[in-house]
Amino acid sequence: MREEIIVSGRNNPLIDPVLHIWHWQIPLYLFLGGLAAGILFFAALYRIMGKEDKYPAAVKIAPLLVPVFLVLGLFALFLDLKHKLYFWQLYTNIKLQSPMSWGAWTLMAITPLSFVYAALHIKEIFPKWDWKFQFLKDFEAWCNKYILHMSWIIIVLSVILGVYTGILFSAFNARPLWNTSILGPLFLASGLSTGAATIMLLSKEKAERKLFAQIDLLLIVIELFLITHMFMGFLASTQVQIDAANLFLGGPFTYSFWIFVVALGLVLPATLEVLELRKYHVPVIIPAGLVLFGGVMLRFIIAYAGQASRWLY
Amino acid sequence: MRYAMAIDTKKCVGCSDCVVACQTENNVPIGYCRDWVVEVMDGTYPQLEIEIRSERCNHCENSPCVRCCPTGASHYSDGGIVLVTPDECIGCGACITSCPYDARYTHPEGYVDKCTFCIQRVAKGLQPACVSVCPTKCMYFGDMDDPKSDVSLILKKRKYKTLIPEAGTKPQLYFLI
Amino acid sequence: MATRRDFIKISGLGLGGLALGGNAAMKVVANSVNGKLYGSFKDFMRTPTYCEVCFWKCAGWVYKNKDGDVWKVSGNDEDMNSNGRFCPRGTGGVGMYYDEDRLKTPLIRDGKRGEQYFREATWDEALDYIAEKMKKIAGEHGPECIGLFNHGSGGKYFGTLMKAFGSPNIAAPSYAQCRGPREVAFLSTFGEGIESPEKTDIRDTRCLVLIGSHIGENMHNGQVQEMSDAIDKGATIITVDPRFSTAASKSKHWLPIKPATDLALLLAWIHVIIEEGWYDKEYVEKYTYGFEQLKAHVKNMTPEWAYGITTIKPDVIRESAREMANAAPAVIIHPGRHVTWYGDDSQRLRAVAILNAILGSWGRRGGFYKPETMHLPDYPHPEYPKPRKTWRDAFPNQFPLAGLALASGICDASIPAPYRDCSFKGWIVLGTNLVETLPNQKNTIEAIQNLDLLVVIDTMPMEITGWADVVLPECTYFERYDSVRTGPHRKRQLALRMPAVAPKYNSKPAYWIARELSKKLGLEAYFPHENLEDLLDWQLKQVGSSLEEMQRIGVKTFEREYDDLYFANGEDIEFLTNTGKIELYSTEFENAGFDPLPKYTPHPEPPEGYYRLIYGRGPAHTFSRTANNPNLTDIMSENALWVNPRVAKEWGLTNGQPIWLQNQDGLKSRFSIKVRVTERIRWDSVYMVHGFGHENKKLSRAFGKGVSDSKLISRVHIDPVMGGTGMRGNFVTFLFEEPKEQEVQS
Ligand SMILES: Nc1nc2c(c(=O)[nH]1)N[C@H]1C(S)=C(S)[C@@H](COP(=O)(O)OP(=O)(O)OC[C@H]3O[C@@H](n4cnc5c(=O)[nH]c(N)nc54)[C@H](O)[C@@H]3O)O[C@H]1N2
Ligand SMILES: Nc1nc2c(c(=O)[nH]1)N[C@H]1C(S)=C(S)[C@@H](COP(=O)(O)OP(=O)(O)OC[C@H]3O[C@@H](n4cnc5c(=O)[nH]c(N)nc54)[C@H](O)[C@@H]3O)O[C@H]1N2
Ligand code: SF4
Ligand code: SF4
Ligand code: SF4
Ligand code: SF4
Ligand code: SF4
Ligand SMILES: [Mo]
Repeated sequence: MREEIIVSGRNNPLIDPVLHIWHWQIPLYLFLGGLAAGILFFAALYRIMGKEDKYPAAVKIAPLLVPVFLVLGLFALFLDLKHKLYFWQLYTNIKLQSPMSWGAWTLMAITPLSFVYAALHIKEIFPKWDWKFQFLKDFEAWCNKYILHMSWIIIVLSVILGVYTGILFSAFNARPLWNTSILGPLFLASGLSTGAATIMLLSKEKAERKLFAQIDLLLIVIELFLITHMFMGFLASTQVQIDAANLFLGGPFTYSFWIFVVALGLVLPATLEVLELRKYHVPVIIPAGLVLFGGVMLRFIIAYAGQASRWLY
Repeated sequence: MRYAMAIDTKKCVGCSDCVVACQTENNVPIGYCRDWVVEVMDGTYPQLEIEIRSERCNHCENSPCVRCCPTGASHYSDGGIVLVTPDECIGCGACITSCPYDARYTHPEGYVDKCTFCIQRVAKGLQPACVSVCPTKCMYFGDMDDPKSDVSLILKKRKYKTLIPEAGTKPQLYFLI
Repeated sequence: MATRRDFIKISGLGLGGLALGGNAAMKVVANSVNGKLYGSFKDFMRTPTYCEVCFWKCAGWVYKNKDGDVWKVSGNDEDMNSNGRFCPRGTGGVGMYYDEDRLKTPLIRDGKRGEQYFREATWDEALDYIAEKMKKIAGEHGPECIGLFNHGSGGKYFGTLMKAFGSPNIAAPSYAQCRGPREVAFLSTFGEGIESPEKTDIRDTRCLVLIGSHIGENMHNGQVQEMSDAIDKGATIITVDPRFSTAASKSKHWLPIKPATDLALLLAWIHVIIEEGWYDKEYVEKYTYGFEQLKAHVKNMTPEWAYGITTIKPDVIRESAREMANAAPAVIIHPGRHVTWYGDDSQRLRAVAILNAILGSWGRRGGFYKPETMHLPDYPHPEYPKPRKTWRDAFPNQFPLAGLALASGICDASIPAPYRDCSFKGWIVLGTNLVETLPNQKNTIEAIQNLDLLVVIDTMPMEITGWADVVLPECTYFERYDSVRTGPHRKRQLALRMPAVAPKYNSKPAYWIARELSKKLGLEAYFPHENLEDLLDWQLKQVGSSLEEMQRIGVKTFEREYDDLYFANGEDIEFLTNTGKIELYSTEFENAGFDPLPKYTPHPEPPEGYYRLIYGRGPAHTFSRTANNPNLTDIMSENALWVNPRVAKEWGLTNGQPIWLQNQDGLKSRFSIKVRVTERIRWDSVYMVHGFGHENKKLSRAFGKGVSDSKLISRVHIDPVMGGTGMRGNFVTFLFEEPKEQEVQS
């Protein structure tokens, strides 16, 4: 028999007996960040492609929500900080090796842009909207002039943001479950997928809905592919990563992961989207809602399971 | 200069004095600790073996906690000692998550805290509190670059290991085996 | 007081020769702006003390923080008991001072004894109450019917008070519940006891044999340190223990003995060493008495014979005996300390003494050294009155070799019995939690219920304070002077304890309490000094020191006058025994009617479904003393029940599962204890650390944590030689349901 115990009664809060330093705030922050990245990505993409009138929900309507998501996300992050009064320290330092740092800076850049972008489209929803001051009107006009440039910047930043939501985890070598480069693309794909789902929800155009259903389907296939690869990678790796994978393969996160993320969050909506594309009538709220739900669950489960996975020594 | 610590698992009796001494010396709040003691027992009665290790931050040479810190609060100080500056720390927890040894914790005041190799004592030419109190004298502290330091001498004499070398952190806590 | 500027200066000046560059030091200063990270780095005033967390009495320094309150305590480098290193309990001793559950003011009981209703009282009221009752008892039964139980520094002054009052009955649990048998055995063999700190020369030994002495968990500081030194020097350690103790894990040979059979192993070792001619012939010839009788006595006690009893294989017995012989005379068969196990303990310790004697380790380097003790003169005082009776009168013809009063004896003699002359009516209890300390709680409580007066002087609300009529809060050792520590050790040393801070709450030092009480009893002539420091200064000046000097240095060492730490080669020595020799064959035992040579007798074994309850020390706790200490409960907050995996499997026990225990007499544990399934314990025994399972609700951290072994020790095997209370003959079984309230009342 092997017995390994800490005899000094160590019980550091949030560390022992298992790490649980990150709670709902961080996964929520990552979900909202991914969602915002997804929406902005499509908005900027189709703006650049000159399809703003063909896909109004994507280019004009959905981005109106983005500032809300980003602010909520940042607020969740802020709630997670334990030394809140020193929050500003994030913005007196640029640490290229720290995903937290470049996440914070990316958000710093993309959040005001998202506000501006949203402001430019606010009349889509409130046609009577009027900017009270002349300088605001001037600014609006100036922005409109450069909206394509802005879209280019947004598209780059949104990809960075989307990837960042995954890299934040995968940079942590110490948690074997997170220690895989697949999390970046996976979270990007998931962010794009949730963005597409939101657009589907908001869209009133059949063509637009169909396009985003197709995009989403593709993204879901990519996600399933990435997940499969992630597990293959783990299982072919060291014992700690095998143990990490086992959290989902018989371990405590098995049911939640396979039911909530894979079945309800990926396979079911994909099936429904296929049916929809095959002209069966499926209320859009169901697949889109499931995708969003799956996106939330993915972040939560990866966040919690990652903290439960550890090195053996 | 490269500070390091060596702990003799053959002499350590797991008494936890190092933990209590750290707590009082560094005003570590009750309910928290910067160091801890692990006992690993293997075998079947009466063929048994125990390894006892007093563990703390490894002051890694390639430390993920410094790398992932968004504010620079976690940094390398002289002699490679990894420190946290409370007033730069936002308490984001990234460094806690990044440490494969779970050596950090959030101080009740909000910033992240961990072993400092008792830099305030070392600066005065004293041994770290845990080393100075250990009743079995099983801990050795000093400069690896100085061939005459306690650590260098004992590491030359004895077999040792580090914890999770495969994590690539280049830990500077050596366990004599 | 040093300021931050000073620190920059200090670092600037001192750093030249130090390893750390000025840069880092500046960083330290910069970082410590709000003092969060680097703690208090300034040189605060320090005051000398010696530790009161156990009875090893390590000397050290108390440091204060910037608020002028106690910060930390650490060893004094000059001190031979600690060599500048405190053990975890000593280091965590600050928790005793800060414990917010401390006794805060005198209390007088309101209502029935044992029900915890007390009213707060002034010192004057409380002491009047005590004085009145004491006078009444003295008038009705004689002053001898009041006994003092003490286990702490302050006990000394109550001792003076008792003797002045006319009672010689002063007992400590450290005798009949602890090291009594070994003192008796070594006294009768070598004419000298082992004393505390033990005179074992572990530092220089080449072979250390530990028989149920679990140094490393037993954190008696000097022993632990020297064992580590010995390991460094390549000494062989042999550990005899049914449990894989920490010491066993450091040993070359671990002998996993069947409990209660050690005497057979010892006799077999003696047999081997004599038969193989490995004993120290010259030494035995010159110094010992009774070798031939011994040789004849152990003739048939072969390793094969012992194997059947102890389960230790004959070749292991021979091999380990050979190791000892090879190392001799630098070998120590350690006498242990808490040795009241099975009732034949004096005889077992006699075997230990004999083994040491024939290997010639007594008085030899690496064996047992000759300690020196500093003698401080007593201040002249009036003659003490002559007592008419002592506790011994309660036990006619019993325990003839008891050298000190028996705590358990005074307790037993407090239960009135027709055949008893001397029955105790009053107890004064200082620094001992008798309810948890004496075996057979039922008996202790019955004794208490028969008292007219129970005074408890303590720092914490313990089980014993719950039964008291008057509770007097002593301040902790951080807040008081006590008598100067005098030794014994390799050299003579003095160590001072002085207050670092003023007493918290309405607590007082024992000296003050004893003196105030003496006034009320008209005995103040025995306490001529108003302040203890005046007495200490006077005493210190008699030996060429002073209070002022000791306040500065804390510890003062006096070199040995002669180079006589060990026997000189061929030295003629007169041992203080009847024969003037080391008595392998004990005439003292013989005269008192006991076996002059130890014999193995079997002890009862656990019935089916029961396991022997063995207990010991956890390194971070001292009995009850630390059970509520915030720093130390942080390390260990409750005890666990060690259970062998085979047993666990049979009963379906899992790691961490809470269970209750019941002993052979049907006594049940009040609280549950968590199972620790571990290979480190034999399948016929279970193990727990003593000192947990506290029932006093006022202990906010300790209440209800773990199980009290004392509660399950109802069968006591009394050592007929000296009255030691053997406590390891109790057996327990597992209960899966919480016993009902009335089932656990003692
Ligand atoms: N079941 C069982 N019984 C045992 C033992 C065992 O292992 N198991 N061990 C035995 C042995 S070896 C011994 S030596 C005895 C020890 O027995 P005790 O000496 O009775 O044990 P402690 O718990 O140290 O007693 C401490 C009491 O002193 C109080 N105290 C602490 N500091 C001070 C102080 O400064 N002033 C005053 N006035 N009081 C103070 C504590 O609050 C506590 O109530 O127990 C014996 N009894
Ligand atoms: N940390 C700490 N250290 C202490 C103390 C403390 O309270 N805490 N108290 C001090 C005091 S007062 C004392 S008296 C000492 C006591 O310390 P020791 O004399 O060293 O220890 P014991 O309590 O007698 O013995 C406990 C050991 O005996 C083993 N044992 C049980 N039954 C048998 C048996 O039948 N045969 C053999 N060979 N072994 C057996 C147990 O498994 C355990 O390892 O410790 C001192 N040191
Ligand atoms: S103080 Fe020393 S012996 Fe005790 S646990 Fe720590 S390292 Fe081990
Ligand atoms: S042990 Fe952990 S906290 Fe310490 S330097 Fe290494 S990674 Fe950082
Ligand atoms: S918690 Fe503090 S030290 Fe750790 S990474 Fe965040 S800012 Fe840096
Ligand atoms: S070196 Fe200092 S800070 Fe680090 S564990 Fe030891 S005592 Fe604590
Ligand atoms: S051995 Fe530990 S508890 Fe006992 S006196 Fe020394 S430091 Fe204090
Ligand atoms: Mo004892």
